[in-house]
Amino acid sequence: MRRETIHAYLLLLPALVLLVAFTHWPAIETLIDSLYATPHGGHPAPFVGFDNYTDLRDDPVFWQALRNNAIYAAATIPASIVLALLMALAVNGALPGRSALRLAYFLPTMLPMIAVANIWLFFYTPDYGLFDQVLGWFGGGRHNWLGDAATALPAMIAVAVWKEAGFFMIFYLAALQTMPTDLREAAALEGSSRWNYFRRVTLPLLMPTTLFVLVNAVINAFRVIDHIVVMTRGGPDNATTLLLYYIYETGFRFWDTATAATLTIVLLAILALTAWLQFGVLGRRVHYR
Amino acid sequence: MMVADHNRLGRALETIGAWMLGILWLLPLLYAVWTAFHPAAYATRFDLFAPLTLKNLVTAWQAAPFARYLVNTVMLVTLILGAQFVLCTLAAFAFARLTFPGRDLLFALVLLQLMVMPDVLLVENYRTLVQLHLVDTIVGIALPYLGSAFGIFLLRQTFLTIPQPLDDAARLEGCGVLARLWRVYVPLAKPTYIAYGLVSVSYHWNNFLWPLIITNSVTTRPLTVGLSVFATTDQGIDWSIVTAATLMTSAPLLVAFLLFQRQFVQSFMRAGIR
Repeated sequence: MRRETIHAYLLLLPALVLLVAFTHWPAIETLIDSLYATPHGGHPAPFVGFDNYTDLRDDPVFWQALRNNAIYAAATIPASIVLALLMALAVNGALPGRSALRLAYFLPTMLPMIAVANIWLFFYTPDYGLFDQVLGWFGGGRHNWLGDAATALPAMIAVAVWKEAGFFMIFYLAALQTMPTDLREAAALEGSSRWNYFRRVTLPLLMPTTLFVLVNAVINAFRVIDHIVVMTRGGPDNATTLLLYYIYETGFRFWDTATAATLTIVLLAILALTAWLQFGVLGRRVHYR
Repeated sequence: MMVADHNRLGRALETIGAWMLGILWLLPLLYAVWTAFHPAAYATRFDLFAPLTLKNLVTAWQAAPFARYLVNTVMLVTLILGAQFVLCTLAAFAFARLTFPGRDLLFALVLLQLMVMPDVLLVENYRTLVQLHLVDTIVGIALPYLGSAFGIFLLRQTFLTIPQPLDDAARLEGCGVLARLWRVYVPLAKPTYIAYGLVSVSYHWNNFLWPLIITNSVTTRPLTVGLSVFATTDQGIDWSIVTAATLMTSAPLLVAFLLFQRQFVQSFMRAGIR
């Protein structure tokens, strides 16, 4: 073998071993485990084919987790992206107190999600919490925000949007700052309105950034469940159970590893679909400079 | 004239809107600070002349082994950062500057981890760590994150921009692979290391779910897990103390962020541009 080839493999070895051991191999193992029953007391698990999948099909909690996650993603992703873009546009222009404002938007990003959850848990407390107090001024009554199945998921969505918008703002800001100014001057000379300029020039030029942010937002919508663990534990009555939380619960509270593996395959399929959409479908339509 | 007035009004409205959003974004944090530094009686009502106190912080600090949790977190992020720097540098150099069979395939395998992170493979990774007898150790928390696709990708992109003649010059002077890497590539990629370092430290300082699963004792728990244990079991619902503990655990990173704000923001930007 060539010397360079040996060098290359030696340099890659440590990183690749760890990558494969904790990402690729467990993904394959998950697929295998989803075809076997959960092992009990030292006996090898029997092969059950697609039984775990049919069980999942008949599991109402699984469907609810999927529905919850779909609603959660459909609300947090557009809300945090639109807010991020507005924030970036605001602090990119000459605005009084620009750097203070940028700090205000970005600060929640630096907090651990668990700290954010603790703070918001307090806001949602019936009677004493900020929300009930503010509503109290307007004659609103006591409301158990996290205890009511109708408001618990929206409450989780609000937390996620507050935490994430500032993070995505950074990427829009980076893109806006590298945008050519001569286009803006040309547009101003032609008397083009700011809204037109934004719609025709800025927004298309921001497409690669939007795609990047979108992919990250989708991944986060399925990956971050810290606030669920701390604030609601999936309740009330599974109203805030997201897919990964359901995996965590079946895997580490009920120790039903076969079902957890099957659920993980569903999650991996969703992530794979996202990747395919990113590189296959959307990627081709985005204008890269 | 009309147009100018119209524009000025529009700008004023935009400024007001931006600031209202800013205040809305800052409010939860200000409220937490208020609660943490005032007696419990003022936790839920606002009074400009309420007495300030550090008692909540002291009580929270003494109520749980936060000093130990802090040490654990510092050890954890240091271990992860050190290992990531070394492993990712070696791999990134191979991908950027060496030619070998299977390079594109291996690189595609690495990139796969950008979509499927170890965070979602909880059950299998837990089983692996049981087999390695590393459950409830700091190494165990760190292990799944040490081979980082993100780090390899970021450093490879940087190494690709370093002029080949510099590398050739070092080679002519008789430098081996590691010497070239150390003398030419690492010094020139310093901004990327800072960027990746800040992103990695803030990610792992704040990481919660995996450490929650893999730790079950005071000597290994990082701050985030310690805080959740404290907030749910040790405390009733004394919000002043819970909030004080919450701010305390986030404080080191927040202070670092406030001091090095520009570097942090630029680092996140750099890490995001691909």
